[in-house]
Amino acid sequence: MEQSTKDKIQNIIDENDVLLFMKGTPVMPQCGFSAAVVGVLSHMGIKYNSVNVLEDPEIREGIKEFSDWPTIPQLYVKKEFVGGCDIIREMHESGELTQYFNEAGIST
Amino acid sequence: MAMTASEIEELIIKAFPNAKVIIDDLRGDGDHYAAQIIAEEFRGKTRVQQHQMVYNAMGGRMGKELHALALNTSAPSE
Repeated sequence: MEQSTKDKIQNIIDENDVLLFMKGTPVMPQCGFSAAVVGVLSHMGIKYNSVNVLEDPEIREGIKEFSDWPTIPQLYVKKEFVGGCDIIREMHESGELTQYFNEAGIST
Repeated sequence: MAMTASEIEELIIKAFPNAKVIIDDLRGDGDHYAAQIIAEEFRGKTRVQQHQMVYNAMGGRMGKELHALALNTSAPSE
């Protein structure tokens, strides 16, 4: 990955407390897994920003290497990679996600 | 393009020889799987680390030949 891509990704992560890399947009997700995470975040009333990787091939490939994670969506909270679709769903079902957001100082 | 459940299982067992592995072909299309993996190697690791270990075991196929592999990972209970 080029340094410029890495910097670009790091800057977006630094600027957003809750950031979802996804396919499509929260209103029009283009993939079931992205839609599932959008559903969890909306259900919890979390304020977040998203990056549509389908509009940026550089980020789409770069984020996989950046996070050492081969799939999208990817959720970052306060610069930490929290997980992809399975982990977010599992944490949501067990109640851990609410705790995670609370501990990170994100209101739910 | 797609992988069979036994190919996936083989790669997992190669990486985690004593693991208990259950694989479901979710849609019967050879492209959307769910794997439940219980392995001692996961003990003390975060979920992200556990899933990264499985993705590494897939040797770069994840997100390419293997479109969807839902993971549920844990260490054996005492």
